[in-house]
Amino acid sequence: MGRGQYILRRLVQMIPVLLGITVIVFFLIRAIPGDPAIAMLGERATEPALERMRHAMGLDKPLYVQYAYFMRDLAKLDLGKSTRYGVPVTEILFTRLRVSLFVVVYTTVLTTLLSLPLGILAALKKDSLFDNIVRSAMMVTLVMPSFWVGIMFIILFSVKLGIFPVSGYGTGFLGHLHHLFLPSLTISLTIAPILIRALRNSILEVMNQDYVKTARAKGLAEQSVMTVHVLRNALIPAVTLLGISIGGLMGGTVITEKVFALPGAGALLIDSITARDYAMLQAGTLVFACLVILVNLATDIIYSFLDPRVRF
Amino acid sequence: MTVDTSQTMSLAGSEHGVRKPRSAWDRARRNRNLMLGLGLFALLVLIAIAAPLLAPFDPFALDYGNTLQPPSLAHLFGTDHLGRDIFSRVLFGARIDLRVGIISVISPFIIGMVLGSLAGFYGGWADTYIMRLVDVVQAFPFLILVIAIVAVRGPGLQNMYIAVALVAWIVYARLVRGEILVEKNKEYVQAARAIGSTDWRIMRRHLLPNVITTSVVYAMADIALYILLAAALSFLGLGAKPPTPEWGVMITEGRQYITTAWWISALPGLAIVLTGIILSLIGDGLADFLRPERR
Repeated sequence: MGRGQYILRRLVQMIPVLLGITVIVFFLIRAIPGDPAIAMLGERATEPALERMRHAMGLDKPLYVQYAYFMRDLAKLDLGKSTRYGVPVTEILFTRLRVSLFVVVYTTVLTTLLSLPLGILAALKKDSLFDNIVRSAMMVTLVMPSFWVGIMFIILFSVKLGIFPVSGYGTGFLGHLHHLFLPSLTISLTIAPILIRALRNSILEVMNQDYVKTARAKGLAEQSVMTVHVLRNALIPAVTLLGISIGGLMGGTVITEKVFALPGAGALLIDSITARDYAMLQAGTLVFACLVILVNLATDIIYSFLDPRVRF
Repeated sequence: MTVDTSQTMSLAGSEHGVRKPRSAWDRARRNRNLMLGLGLFALLVLIAIAAPLLAPFDPFALDYGNTLQPPSLAHLFGTDHLGRDIFSRVLFGARIDLRVGIISVISPFIIGMVLGSLAGFYGGWADTYIMRLVDVVQAFPFLILVIAIVAVRGPGLQNMYIAVALVAWIVYARLVRGEILVEKNKEYVQAARAIGSTDWRIMRRHLLPNVITTSVVYAMADIALYILLAAALSFLGLGAKPPTPEWGVMITEGRQYITTAWWISALPGLAIVLTGIILSLIGDGLADFLRPERR
C-alpha cells in the first residue's frame, strides 16, 4: 500500500469517529434538564417561537429522526442561531477561531523553540547539574495550574515590569505577536515538559543503538553522528508527541483566553455557558473536536513522511 | 579437615553476589522519590485532617478592618479582600482539593479497568465497540468535553466527578487492554485455563494483579491532574463556588487584586504546585518500584 492509499484509509477511518462526535454533541444538548427548545432560544422566547423551534429540532419526532435533522443542518453548516448575538453561530465562531488558531500556532512554535535545545542538552549532559535543573523545573511546570501561571505572568511581566500588555489581541501581525506572547508561553509551559522528557529519553535510547556505535567506530565526527544518526531518529517520537499535545492544547486555549481576555473561540465557548447560549456551546464543542481530529490526522501523515519504516 | 559450611554459605550470601531477594519494604525504602513523596503526602493528609486545629483563624470569618493585608506574622499568607486569613483558607483548602483529586480518580479507574479488561480479554465485538468508543471520546479535547458536560449538567464539583468519570476512563481502558493482550497469551494464563479456571477467575486472580500496576501509577499522577482540573473549573465558574476555600476559587478571587495584593492568588497556587510535586514524586517512585526493569 502506498502513501496515497494510507492517507485515504486514514480519512475513511475518520468517518466513524466523526459520526461518534456528532452523536455525542447531539445528545449533549438533549442532556440539558428541561426543554431543549427553551435551552436553544432562551427563557424569554414566546410560545409560538418555541413551538417552531420544537418542530425544527424535530422534538416531536423519534430520536433518530431528530438526529437526521441535526445531520442535515450540519451538512449545510447550519449550526443554529446564537441566542446571545442573534446571528448564526458559525458567523461569530469562525471569526473568533482565528485568534485561537493564532495562539495554537504561536504556542507550537514557542514549545518547539523551548523543547528542542533543552531536551537535546539534557540528554547530552545526562545526570549533570544542567540535566537535573531541567528535570526538576519540568516537574514543577507540569503541575502548575495554567490559569495561575497566566495570572503570575501578568503580575510579573505586565504589572511590575510593563513589558507585555495585560490583555487583548493587538493589531497587525507584530501586534498579535506581542500581545499573544504571554498567553502562548503560558500554554507552552504545560506542554514543553512532556516534550523535553520524551526528547531526552529518545535521544538517550538512540545513542545506545548499534548503528550509532558503528558510526562512531568508523571514525565519524561526533557532530555528524549527532545530526545524521541520533537526532534524525530521536526527533520522530517527539514530533508525534507534539502533534498529540497540540490536540490537548486546544483545551488549554480555553482557559488562557479567559485569563488574558482574548477574543478567541475558547473564551466564546465559556461565555456561551454563562449566557446559556447552547447553540454556540454545541457548535464550539463540535468545531474544537473536529480540529483535534484534523491535527491528529496531520500528525499521522507527517509521521509517515518522517519515518520510512512506517508500515502502511 | 572439616569445612564450616555455615560460614561458607554466609560468605557466599554476602560477598559473592548470591544475594537474598530483597523484601518489598526493603526495595521501597531504597526508593528515595517514593519515600519522600509518601512522607510528604502523609504530612499533607495530616494537615488536611488537622486543619481546624492548625488554622489560626476561621477560614470564613470576615474582618473588614484587616482587608488586603500583606503576609506578616499575624497573617502568615496575608488576608484577602474580605479580610479572611489566607493561610487558614489554604489549610482548609487541602481538605477539599485532596478529596476532589482522590474521588475524581476512582470512577474512571474502575470503569476503565472493567471495560479495558473486557476488550482485551474477549476481543471480538466487545473489543471493537469499546475501542471505537474510546476513539470517539479521545477525539474530544479532554477539557472541552468536561466543560461541555459540566455546562449542560450545571456547575459544581458533583458534576465534575460525573464528567471526569465519563471522559477519563479511556486512559485506563487503553492501558489495561494493551497489557491484557500481552499477558493473556502467556503460559501462566494458559496453565490456569488448562486446569479449568473460569474466565472470571483468570481475570481476577491472574491477569488483573499483573496488569494493574501501570494504571495505579497513572492514577497517582491523575490525582494531581484532577486537582488542577477542579481549580481550572472553579476559575471558569463551573467548579466549587465562593466562599468555599478551594484553592482554585481562592486564586480566582484574588485575580481582581493582582496589582495590589499578589498573595491572594499566588499562595493558593503554590499549594497546588506543592501538592502536584508530591504526587509526581509518588508516581515516579511507584513507576520505579513496581517495574524495576524499566529504570
